[in-house]
Amino acid sequence: MRAFTTLKALVAPLDQSNVDTDAIIPKQYLKSIQRSGFGPNLFDNWRYLDEGGPEIDNSKRRLNPDFVLNKNRYGGAEILLARENFGCGSSREHAVWALDQQGFRCVVATSFADIFYNNSFKSGFLPVQLNEEQMDVLFRECEETGGYELTVDLESQSVTTPSGQSFAFEIDAFRKNNLLRGLDDIGLTLEHADQIRDYEKRRAVETPWLFSE
Amino acid sequence: MAGKTLYDKLFDAHVVRTEEDGTALLYIDRHLVHEVTSPQAFEGLKLANRELWRKEAILAVVDHNVPTTDRSGGSAGIVDNTSRLQVTTLDANAADHGLTYFDINDVRQGIVHVIGPEQGATLPGMTVVCGDSHTSTHGAFGALAHGIGTSEVEHVMATQCLVQQKMLNMLVEVDGVAADGVTAKDIALHIIGEIGTAGGNGCAIEFGGSAIRALSMEGRMTLCNMAIEGGARAGMVAVDQTTIDYVLDRPFSPGPEHREVAIAAWNELHSDEDAHFDRRVSIAAEDIKPQVSWGTSPEMVAPVDDQVPNPETEQDPVKADGMRKALAYMNLKAGTPITEIPLDKVFIGSCTNSRIEDIRAAAAVIKGRKVAANLKLAMVVPGSGLVKKQAEEEGLDKLFTDAGFEWREPGCSMCLAMNADRLEPGERCASTSNRNFEGRQGAGGRTHLVSPAMAAAAAIAGHFVDARHY
Repeated sequence: MRAFTTLKALVAPLDQSNVDTDAIIPKQYLKSIQRSGFGPNLFDNWRYLDEGGPEIDNSKRRLNPDFVLNKNRYGGAEILLARENFGCGSSREHAVWALDQQGFRCVVATSFADIFYNNSFKSGFLPVQLNEEQMDVLFRECEETGGYELTVDLESQSVTTPSGQSFAFEIDAFRKNNLLRGLDDIGLTLEHADQIRDYEKRRAVETPWLFSE
Repeated sequence: MAGKTLYDKLFDAHVVRTEEDGTALLYIDRHLVHEVTSPQAFEGLKLANRELWRKEAILAVVDHNVPTTDRSGGSAGIVDNTSRLQVTTLDANAADHGLTYFDINDVRQGIVHVIGPEQGATLPGMTVVCGDSHTSTHGAFGALAHGIGTSEVEHVMATQCLVQQKMLNMLVEVDGVAADGVTAKDIALHIIGEIGTAGGNGCAIEFGGSAIRALSMEGRMTLCNMAIEGGARAGMVAVDQTTIDYVLDRPFSPGPEHREVAIAAWNELHSDEDAHFDRRVSIAAEDIKPQVSWGTSPEMVAPVDDQVPNPETEQDPVKADGMRKALAYMNLKAGTPITEIPLDKVFIGSCTNSRIEDIRAAAAVIKGRKVAANLKLAMVVPGSGLVKKQAEEEGLDKLFTDAGFEWREPGCSMCLAMNADRLEPGERCASTSNRNFEGRQGAGGRTHLVSPAMAAAAAIAGHFVDARHY
């Protein structure tokens, strides 16, 4: 897994609550059996005026000029701002892959849906939760300031604005450590294979009907 | 020391080890696998040269991409190239790994959250995961069940475990007696309307109270299915005699040699009297009416005898803006009575409402009547081949086809439109599914979430009506 340490990057604002994973990457693109290629279809229904599909060339589609992420000033943004319950709905990890493959490394929002939050870390993608007042500041400054950049530092658990204002965020120590070091979850768990086998032996006695195969 | 909640008990029983910050390695008893979220996980295993830890824990099925019409050509006969590749990829992965697998032509095939319980593959006290957010359904059995992403699918395949942070405990109690015609779906939508789609974020929700106790297992599955729409990854209901009666004598249920000890263990699967809940919500069942969603989030619901609400009276500016966007997308005007919303299509199906009880409830409404002339399509998609077979044995398919409904093969179908069943831009649908997000049932399509009886009544009337008086 890719590590996340510190990121100073351009910010794009998506001032909406309940942005669901169907909106982030619509289902027709979930038919892929690959892990890549989702970036051009991020926010597909909002981003393009005409209908797309897995076998349609996105470069020939008409962009929606009213969609905020299509505005030139946000081109190349790596940090996305959003409101409450970002990533709700379907568990599709493709939503994280699409954001990541479009070039985003971090979403800063008022709150996240649990499954999306969990999935983010698997791609070295950082979800940062700040409170409503702090989000109001970021949205306002981002709107008012051309080339608005934030610094997100995982080690110190802080988001710093261009004027030097700094907001702290929470993250579990285990997750933070794995993300800072870019550790592979499966490899880490397999270091405890003996404990998993011991657990199975114990449970096979306590709940034999679950192990009667 | 306070007692334990049902969630505490389920969590604690599955902890393999705990890190210093409380992060736990949790053992997974049942892993349900479908074709959409598994191909990259199988690929990941192969690339890392890893084996399945315990293939017997896996039950695999195709559901999202399968056509609900003619299936005589099997997987190879699926017309859409990308859908066919995804289905045949699971065919191949299941064969390579020797998995228990219900393929497209197996009579046991169906929606993953219908077939798990139907087969007895979901049992009380289990941890159940699947790369699908509606895995919360299985919590109806007093199990800890939730959706996971593809990386976690791979993690469970390789280790039989998940790395988990403990969630908070939330209790939603519904007490009293729900009026006739008020179903589990109405209870679920009403709860989400009350707590909001983020109301359960960070929580496992236990549904309790006398109105929940009174629900059948089908009803409890509908309710837990929609816990995720209230923001909670996991929903659950304590085990009682209704649960035990349902799970015995199914293909994957405990054999006679284990039955007694299993039942004794299952009877412990309830929250202790003095258990601590971080959040509590109380709802009176008498206050719940049949619900219809009017917007593009499952919290945007209203009772059928109410009107489309007005964003201009909403105090919270972000919320008001969301309402305006939703009404524009849905092409609805504030103040319109819900019963005056005309429909183009009706869909009865999905992991929320495609079980035999749902199909019976809809059949009771349409019996001897005809689908309204303004409807372009009314369809019933049973949740599994076995549900379909049972409904046909009861003669329900004939009632539907006589009324002008299409009677289809089992699958996820128009809940999310990954197969050919979908709404065209601008079409409006009464749907028994779980999500009314923009484009969920097809780009530009407009979804109204309702119960099976409400969908059936709407199909006959051509617009929403109160199924209780219809």
